[in-house]
Formats: sequence, structure tokens, C-alpha cells
Amino acid sequence: MRRKSRRLLLISSALAVAGFAAGLTLFALRDSVVFFYGPTEFAEKAPAPGTRLRIGGLVARGSLAHVGDATVEFAVTDNSRDVRVRYTGLLPDLFREGQGVVAEGVVSGPDRFIADSVLAKHDETYMPREVADALKQRGEWQRESASASVASPGPAAVAAAPTLR
Amino acid sequence: MIVETGHFALVLALALALVQSVLPLWGSVRRDPTLMGTAVPVSLGQLALVAYAFACLAEAHVAADFSLRNVVENTHSTQPLVYKIAGVWGNHEGSMLLWVLILALFGGLVALFGPGIPIVLRAATLGVQGWIASAFLLFILLTSDPFARVVDPPMEGQDLNPILQDIGLAIHPPLLYLGYVGFSIVFSFAAAALITGRVDAGWARFVRPWALLAWTFLTLGIAMGSYWAYYTLGWGGFWFWDPVENASLMPWLAGTALLHCTSVMEKREALKVWTIFLAIVTFSLSLLGTFLVRSGVLTSVHSFASDPTRGTFILLILAVFIGGSFALYAWRAPMLRAGGLFAPVSREGALVWNNLFLSAACATVLVGTLYPLALEALTGQKISVGAPFFNLTFGPLLVPLLLVVPVGPSLAWKRGDLLGAAQRLTAAAGIGLLVAVVLLAVTRGGPVLAPLGAGLAVYIVLGAATDVALRLRPRPMPVRAVLERARGLPRSAYGTALAHAGLGVTLLGLAATGWGVERIAAVTPGQPVELGPYDLVVTGLQPRIGPNYAETVAETEVRRGGRVVARIAPAKRVFAARRQTVAEAGIVTLGLGQVYVSLGDQHADGTIDARMFWKPLVSLIWCGALVMALGGLLSLSDRRLRIGLAVRGSRPAGSPPPARPPVLPSPAE
Repeated sequence: MRRKSRRLLLISSALAVAGFAAGLTLFALRDSVVFFYGPTEFAEKAPAPGTRLRIGGLVARGSLAHVGDATVEFAVTDNSRDVRVRYTGLLPDLFREGQGVVAEGVVSGPDRFIADSVLAKHDETYMPREVADALKQRGEWQRESASASVASPGPAAVAAAPTLR
Repeated sequence: MIVETGHFALVLALALALVQSVLPLWGSVRRDPTLMGTAVPVSLGQLALVAYAFACLAEAHVAADFSLRNVVENTHSTQPLVYKIAGVWGNHEGSMLLWVLILALFGGLVALFGPGIPIVLRAATLGVQGWIASAFLLFILLTSDPFARVVDPPMEGQDLNPILQDIGLAIHPPLLYLGYVGFSIVFSFAAAALITGRVDAGWARFVRPWALLAWTFLTLGIAMGSYWAYYTLGWGGFWFWDPVENASLMPWLAGTALLHCTSVMEKREALKVWTIFLAIVTFSLSLLGTFLVRSGVLTSVHSFASDPTRGTFILLILAVFIGGSFALYAWRAPMLRAGGLFAPVSREGALVWNNLFLSAACATVLVGTLYPLALEALTGQKISVGAPFFNLTFGPLLVPLLLVVPVGPSLAWKRGDLLGAAQRLTAAAGIGLLVAVVLLAVTRGGPVLAPLGAGLAVYIVLGAATDVALRLRPRPMPVRAVLERARGLPRSAYGTALAHAGLGVTLLGLAATGWGVERIAAVTPGQPVELGPYDLVVTGLQPRIGPNYAETVAETEVRRGGRVVARIAPAKRVFAARRQTVAEAGIVTLGLGQVYVSLGDQHADGTIDARMFWKPLVSLIWCGALVMALGGLLSLSDRRLRIGLAVRGSRPAGSPPPARPPVLPSPAE
């Protein structure tokens, strides 16, 4: 009996911890998941201002402008729609007009976005997968393969994210 | 020519691995000593061949042999030697070769240093290791040949990715691989135990040193990777909850749980089924990590090769090994007999608590990492799961675990005295609470979690110290007697205390991030910028030329109260070969904190965008990990853990938790 009751205690405490973890996970998944939109999806779904999102596409040529103290504005485009992005912070070293980019932040208007982190892969041949997919959907993708030639175990991308500690 | 022999050696290694995966296993099932005897020479031979192949590739990199595709793509003749060598594993093919080399190394080590292990277990273990080696050697030879030639050799290489040209590349990948590939041998031991049907305290004793070794390296590898990302990425962050980081954190969490429950199994022969399960899970998570990292299915801030065909191959390996081992587990585990009994309040109970929360935390990381993949496959929606998710799930699950860390070692095996343990820890808990309250009062209006975390950290460190102190001096006694006991106390007891204290130190560093200061501004040279207790002044922007790059350096003075306390030189480098810009952060450690400056764009009016941080106590994050690893090494040097040495170290009489001597006669004797 003792062995049985102890086993019961063990199993019930394991279930309790698992339940606790599952509850936390479900709660967190509801609240802290961030959706990814391309510019066209952004226009179509018209997320309410204040919604936290990731957007991705190409940095429109000629759109980058310095507007203040370490603050820039640029347009993210899929060559059919644009989203204006404002960002305060250091742009990644490989951030360039015409290159793929992913920005995370909040919606501030119908086609406006305030980013708190901007991610651009450092390898010219590489494009963030979401961006590649979004562009493919729009028929804007010509390159044979998006696979990177560089592989490395280690931190090897340039990015900027002021909110991350 | 040398290159071809390297390629040939790899093919031979595959042949030997195939032999290794059949003969010793067959022998261990039929109890045939001749067949089992093949395990040792074959695995040593395989190690030698893989090492030779690796040396050939390294030689090609150092000699800058541009007839090799791998060399062309990752080397430049002006590159310093250390990066030529590190560049061997700075790419997919070489990295996989290092993976297999370490796999073979652990097999070889068991063959060399495992004479104490029963021959049946050793043969079966090496056999299973042979299976893994065969799969990955096949993977390399079929999909990622590092020895591929180019038809028309260029005069110059394309240079190693500039961000990788860092001493971090020389240190981090080997350490990390020693860690998570090291768990392969623990997996093999588990599978071997299931195959041979013998799982007892002796098994746990043979496995524990290997688990400890792998865990120590994994701890160092993760810490090193985190520090590397911290100083190269230029965001001042050290952990991003990125899929690639999670890929190494999950085996660490499972491995930590495994380490704790092998000690239960070794001492009390309880939790056998669970230990075997964890051993399988830990390496499965390593394999999953390899798949996530190598296939590029998840977008990461760290850059890796992504090739769908390679991804599919690894997925196949993953499916075969995880599926196979769990099938074996489901078939054989019910035959294991239940082990020793223990009361809920006991050392075992505390270790079960540890295992429950570590596994739950590990599971939430797994869910958070794979959820975007699953959702996209099911609904096509793209999402990202970032830091908020992990902070919300991982944090609450870790707190109950951390609270019990100092309690566990002060409980006795089998049946513990909670009241006694609480009394022993009163001082530690009291001081921790006091620290939290005082800090809360002093930093009123500031972050709330930081003082609470700091208090918890102090409690853990003091709790670890208390544990050792009470073992050395359980009652008033002369210094001489204490010294005598200090010599008699097993090193694993010191190791445990040190590792736990290291955890507290890391936690203190993490908590202190709440008090950090960050500024992003366009800085005018000559004008001071206030940053926490310091003022930063950029004194000038100078161009400089490095071996394979040109840079702009911002000479910066760090002043405190008008006095210069340090100078840093953040820079922006332009690498000619790839026409790529890389920001080099300027960092200085002041006390235990760091001032961190990273440069952005230069403007026409002479200002330069800069991102500046004051990070109090931040160095403790990595110091804590070093202390943890030191604890692991100290434990490893314990004579009781030395394989084949069954004689137990003498234990001072009446030390608080009188560990029971192992019940089983060791098969090693």
C-alpha cells in the first residue's frame, strides 16, 4: 500500500506541475504570440493601431530617410503595397535599400508602423524565410534558391533591437 | 592528394562504424566475448579515421588550398591563422565533420577509459554509438561532402564571414558540441541498458561521469555562445530566446535533470525508468537541435546553412533514432523492477521536484520553439514566439525550482527532516529576504523583479555555502578537526555546492539587468553623454587598417565625476572581400558591470549614431556559468566517480546527509 500511495503522490504531483506548465503555456500563447504580415496582408487585414506585429518585405529603394536623433523612416514593400516604418535605434549593418528586412513593433496607422527591432540578415544571398514566402506569393521572387551559403554555429547575423535586453 | 586520403578515410570510417553497429551488439545479445571484443578496436579505429579526415580538412584550410570548394567559400589568404583553423567548422560541412569527430571521440573515450564497465554493457553501448556514427557519416558523405573539389580553382577565396572572424568561433562550437554531442554516449548507454536488460545502480555509476562531462561542456558552450552574441551582435543582449539558442538550452535542461536523477539511481536505485527516459530525451533534443539549426526551418538571428534536402536527411535520422529508442523503451522499460522507496520529504523527493520543474520548463521551451512551425503547417499563419512567451512560462516554472535548490542537499536520503533543513537555511533565507527588501526600498519606483531576483540569488549562494559549512563543522569543534573533515568530504559535495552557487551568481547577474541604463543617440564628438553613473565622451573618429578590413574607430573616454576611468574604442569595420560592414562594440568591465558602446551610421554634420549601455553586474551571468562548470569538473574529479574505481572515499562520520553506500556490488570489482 505504501508503495502504491507514494507512487500515486508522485504521479499526481507530476500531473499538477504538467498542468501548471500547460496552463501557463496556453495563456502565454494566447497573449504573447506575434503574427507576421507582408505589406499586402497588412493592407488587407488592416490590424488595429497598437497591435503588435512582425512585418517583412523589401526595403523600398529611395525610401530611407533620417528624421531625427538616431531615428529613421523607410518603406517596406512587396512591390504592390508599402508600409511606412519608423524606427529609433541602430540599423543592422546589412540593412540596405532593395534588401529583405523583418521589423517587429506596433501598428500606428493604416499603412504605418513603429518598429522596435529591425532584423536584416547579413548575407546578401539570404532572405528571411517569411520574406521570401511573402514575396513568392506576390510573384516577386525570381531567385533560384534562398538557401544561404554560410553556415556557422554562432551568432552571425546583424540585427538591432533596442527593447531586447 | 592529402584531401583525397581524407575523403577515403571518411568512407573507411563509415565502413568501420557499420561494423561497430552490428558485431558488438550481436555479441552482447549472444554473450559472445569475441564479437563483443571487436567494439574497442573498431571504435578506436573509427575515431582515428575521422580525426585524420578532420586533420586533412584543417590542413587544406591552413594551406589555403583553393581547389576545395569548402576552402574557397570560407577562407581568404590574408585571414589570420586562428580564423583559418576556426573556419574549418565555420561552415556547414566542416561543422558536421566536427560533430562526427566528437561523436567518435566519446565512443573512443569509452573504449579507452571504460575497462571497469561490464563488457556486455560496453559492447552494446559502443554498438549503439556506431549506429549514430553510421547515420551521420552517411549524411556527410551523401549530402555535405567537405572534400568536394572545384573544377577551376580561383586564385583567392571568398573569405570567412566577417562576423565569424572572432575568437568566439574558435571556442564556442567545439565546447557546445562536446556538450550536446557528448550526450550521445549517455543515450547509447541507455539504449544498451534496455537491450541487455540490465539497469541498476552500477549502470548509473558508469553513466554519471559521462553525463557530467557533457553537461559541463554544454554549460561552458552555452555561456560562451551567449557572451559571443552579446559582444558581436551589438544589441547588448545575451539571450534572445532564439530557436537556435533554445536548441542548445533544451538539452541543457534535460541534461541537468538527468544529472540529478542519475544520482538518485546511483545511490538508491530508484527512478530507473525515468532516468533511462531522460537519457533518451536529452540526446533526442540534441538531435532536434541539430535539425533545427541545420535545416533552417526556423528564422534565427544567428546564421546557419539552410538546405531543404539536408534538412530532410537529418529529419529522417531524427525520426529513426527517436522513434527507435522510444519503441525500444516502450518494449523493455516495463521489465525494469521498481527501486528503493523514499518519503516525499527526502533528498530523492527534492530531486524529483527538480526533475518535475526542469522537465516542465524544458517542455515549454520545446512548445514555444516548435509552435510556429506547427501552426504554419496546419493553418498557414506565420507567427513568431519571442521573449514575452518564454519569460511568462519559463520564469514562473523556474522560481519553485530555485527556491528548493539549497534545500535539496541538506535533506537526508530516504527520509528527510524538513524542519531541520529549514532551520539550517534560516540565515541564508533571512539574508536573502533582507537583501530583497532593502533593494526594493532603495530602488523604489524601479523594477520590482530585479530586487526579488537578487534576493533569491543571494539565498541560493548562501544556501550552498551553508551546506558545505555545516558538513565541515556540524557542531563546535577545533579548526584542526574541521580541516580534517574538509579533506575527507567527497569532492562531489564541493562540486554540488559550487554548481549551485554558480547558479545563484548567474541569477544575480540576470536580476541586475533590471537596473541597466540604455541610450540611443546621435553623438557629437567632444560632447559628454550621461550613462548611469558614467559620462561618455567620443574624443575623435579615426580611420584604421586591419589585416583584412578597414575600420572607423570612435575613441571614447568613460568618465566618472570628471575623471577618466577607462577608454574604449568601438568601431565599424568594412571587410573588402565580401564588401560587408560589421560593427565592433566597445566594451569595458568596471567593477562587475560593463559599459557597452556600439556604433551606427555617421552623419554629414559630424555626429555618429551610437547605442550605449551601462550594465551593472552583467559579467556575473557568465562568471556564474564558469563557476557551475567548475563545480561539474570538481565533481568529475571525485574518486567515487572514476570509472572502475569502486572503492568509496571515506566519509566523515556523522556528516548531515549520510549517503548510503551503494547497495549493489559493482560489476567492476
